[in-house]
Amino acid sequence: MPDVQALVNDFVNQLKKRKIEGSQATAKQTAEVLRSVISQQRVPHTNQAAALINAVRAVGEQLIAANPVELAVGNIVRRILHIIREEDLSLATAAMAGLGLSVASDDEDDMERSDQPILSAAAVAAAARSTLRPPSLQTLLEDMPDSAAVPHTSSSGGDSEGKSRSVDKGSRGRKLKHDVIEAVNELIQDISTCYEQIAEQAIEHIHQNEVILTLGSSKTVLEFLCAAKEKKRSFKVFVAEGAPRYQGHLLAKDLAARGLQTTVITDSAVFAMISRVNMVIVGAHAVMANGGVIAPVGLNMVALAAQRHAVPFVVLAGSHKLCPLYPHNPEVLLNELRSPSELLDFGEFSDCMDSASGAGSLHIVNPTFDYVPPKLVSLFITDTGGHNPSYMYRLIADYYSADDLVVKGRPTTGS
Amino acid sequence: MDPKFRRVGFEPDPNQSQYPLTVPPPRLLSERTAAVPVPEIGFRRQFPGDRIPIGSYNPSLALLGTSPSAASTPTSEYRDGDGEFSEDSSGWFLRSESKRMEGTAKEERNDVPSISKPVKANTTKAERRALQEAQRAAKATSKADGRAEPGKGVKQSSGKKDGPPVTSSTATDKKSGGRSLEKERKKDVPPPRMQFDDKSRVEKAKRRALVNQTEAVNRVELFRHLPQYEYGSQLPKLESKLFQIDSVHPSVFKVGLRYLAGGTSGDNARCIEMLRAFQEAIRDYSTPPEKALVRDLTAKIGSYVSFFTECRPLSISMRNAIRFVKSRIAKLPLSHSESEAKATLYSDIDRFINEKIILAAKVIVGHAATKVRDGDVLLIYGSSSVVEMILLYAHELGKQFRVVVVDSRPKLQSQALIRRLLAKGLDCTYTLINGVSYVMHEVTRVFLGASAVLSNGTVYSRIGTACVAMVAHAFHVPVLVCCEAYKFHERVQLDSICSNELGDPNAVATVPGRMNVNYLDNWTSEDNLQILNLMFDVTPSDYISAIVTDHGMVPPTSVPVIVREYGREHLI
Repeated sequence: MPDVQALVNDFVNQLKKRKIEGSQATAKQTAEVLRSVISQQRVPHTNQAAALINAVRAVGEQLIAANPVELAVGNIVRRILHIIREEDLSLATAAMAGLGLSVASDDEDDMERSDQPILSAAAVAAAARSTLRPPSLQTLLEDMPDSAAVPHTSSSGGDSEGKSRSVDKGSRGRKLKHDVIEAVNELIQDISTCYEQIAEQAIEHIHQNEVILTLGSSKTVLEFLCAAKEKKRSFKVFVAEGAPRYQGHLLAKDLAARGLQTTVITDSAVFAMISRVNMVIVGAHAVMANGGVIAPVGLNMVALAAQRHAVPFVVLAGSHKLCPLYPHNPEVLLNELRSPSELLDFGEFSDCMDSASGAGSLHIVNPTFDYVPPKLVSLFITDTGGHNPSYMYRLIADYYSADDLVVKGRPTTGS
Repeated sequence: MDPKFRRVGFEPDPNQSQYPLTVPPPRLLSERTAAVPVPEIGFRRQFPGDRIPIGSYNPSLALLGTSPSAASTPTSEYRDGDGEFSEDSSGWFLRSESKRMEGTAKEERNDVPSISKPVKANTTKAERRALQEAQRAAKATSKADGRAEPGKGVKQSSGKKDGPPVTSSTATDKKSGGRSLEKERKKDVPPPRMQFDDKSRVEKAKRRALVNQTEAVNRVELFRHLPQYEYGSQLPKLESKLFQIDSVHPSVFKVGLRYLAGGTSGDNARCIEMLRAFQEAIRDYSTPPEKALVRDLTAKIGSYVSFFTECRPLSISMRNAIRFVKSRIAKLPLSHSESEAKATLYSDIDRFINEKIILAAKVIVGHAATKVRDGDVLLIYGSSSVVEMILLYAHELGKQFRVVVVDSRPKLQSQALIRRLLAKGLDCTYTLINGVSYVMHEVTRVFLGASAVLSNGTVYSRIGTACVAMVAHAFHVPVLVCCEAYKFHERVQLDSICSNELGDPNAVATVPGRMNVNYLDNWTSEDNLQILNLMFDVTPSDYISAIVTDHGMVPPTSVPVIVREYGREHLI
């Protein structure tokens, strides 16, 4: 499959060169690349899921390494791994249910084979239940007796099936791939429409004559505010320009063009203006499992000011931005320093750059992201509704399987 | 000691090394009235209970031990101080609400037993009534403005409780002159806060104005009360008028135009420039026939001041300096000849510049440099002249430290500063204000400049200072504000909206050197789009660890003490 490899390499290059801007675009492209990887992947008759998982994981590893700071890539890789697992499981349950029925009806089969599948069917069903149902204390307790049987039965069940029903198996493999691709398509659809679902909730959060502050630019925020505007709410927006990228200028222009009262302020005026603001609504780069936010630079300052004046700090994030990892020292480790030329004109300051001249040395710091700790965030609005920062870990458990949290450096084993 | 560790136990910090100078050094004690402790008692009464637990207050508590000895001596000095002061105070109370503070302060002083003056307290009701009548009459004739509220009369009399005997006994000859001066001053000093949403007043002011600025378009609704004009449109016309305008002295005119063009930045520089212009004007001044120098010169200065105000709103430090100049003129002995008077004024202004601005900065540098240790990472914001001096001085002392220079749009003043620091061999890190959370991890101290320190402890400074102080506070980094005491003001302010200055919105819309950022090139055509370029903001006092002034390092809670005790030095 040379064409897929070329596709992957191309995408890796783009990621490395930071050509792709914004987590939404990245997420979408990642999903598309992985979809083609899956569709090109030849599936063996046995263990199709494992094969798919391994393929996705191998490509995902490359993609993540290409831009480790762009957490959306990792999120999508994990989402797709999770999708494969889920599809596999639901197919297995369906198959096992059928098998179990056939076994029960067929008395002639030898005894030692007959009780195996029943056991395994029950176990797989339990496992399926545990993944499809939200984990709670009750499901944990229910699964207790079966849990020991799961690994043993799944492999033996697979073996026995492989021998007995290879024809059926082949169709199931194709079915799995088909289902996974369907699900990935759905995911891509979700990613591209997530801001619509978020924007639908705008009317519940913005009241008449509200004053809203935002920083930088985010498509989600733009759509959110415009959705409220379309519902005949009139409110004012302060846009902090978000130096050194000045995306705020762009957002302000778009908002004003759509008929919203917009005021551009400098980033330094955030503290001065926040006392007259009712709500801060911002976009995010990524949302971590602890409810912390990796956001465009400057937002930590805004969040602190909002906290000081008890102004709600609302973060809009599509589900592709939910990252299942817990951050450690995110200000440094999940950050990226951009070109100094955005701050200082190199021509003017080139003479200061060489430390040999005896003058002091000059460092220029131009970080891309800020980390906003969960205690500063009042509310997350995702495409599934509004959530508290403390609830993010739970939301994330819906989207990712715990086995995939570490994509990299994991020796690949069978299912 | 690592400040991050020290902050673990937080406020009631036994380790006063951070504020050792709250106890004024002996040299300062001998220099001034030495009466600080006594009014401090009064001050603490005003703020009971809740303020005291702040650890930074401890040193001044300790100071109380020394108060009895100090308190006995200066009583007499206070007495004539009061006499003089109350002359002005009637004007003050009429002028603005915010000065009520002073009135209450005086009442407090009466309660303090060590300065109780039984004779004065016993002024009869009739006497007070008579005095009040006289003041009313004076007020009526002065037709200053209709803003004297009923409450003021009461305040006035209470504020002057200890005044009358002094004025009647020692200053009778000055009285008539002083009164008329009061009138003059009321007439001349523009009301401190002109509200520009008040149409009729704006119209009136416009008719008088020399500089006919055009209103800016697309104004921000929230800031209607502040003046905002088209920038640069008036400059060429005014420049050509340089030799036709005779109401304003040429040097004043020149300085005014420089303000208008935004040429001078930095409060100290602006203030010195203004005072120098006044000096020139005074030197060339000659009293017109049949006029008194005292009156006429005050009127002249008043017209200069209103010209400056038209060019650019005055900073608080400038207002303090103007108040000083006017009071010096008012205090001129009548016996002086014109040349004598002019020479006195000239040297007085010189003295003000030297003592209050230049020397004060040196003293501050000396104090603040003790707070720089080897291995420190100092964060500075904007380009404050005093902070720059501190860094250079500490560097000269051979201390090893790094400087993080935080800058903000649209002025980007720090770029010039960073050049100067680099040239002197300091290691610098440069970032924009958005990145301040990123760099704050490694910072051990924050030094900030200020445009003014208000008497509720808030710091009125360049926009963004509050953000930096807030982030530093969140990261438990000490924030030191360096500010000369002549910039202290008895006004109070809670937010940055009520009183501020608006800059040129076009400066925000355009990003020099970034051709691809041109989204707002024709923003004025968009009705819904406004651009706000605020110049100042207000930093709440709880973000500030200490204020370094020429009187030592004080916690922000002690600002009113300094305003009250040293603020009057300007006037004496």
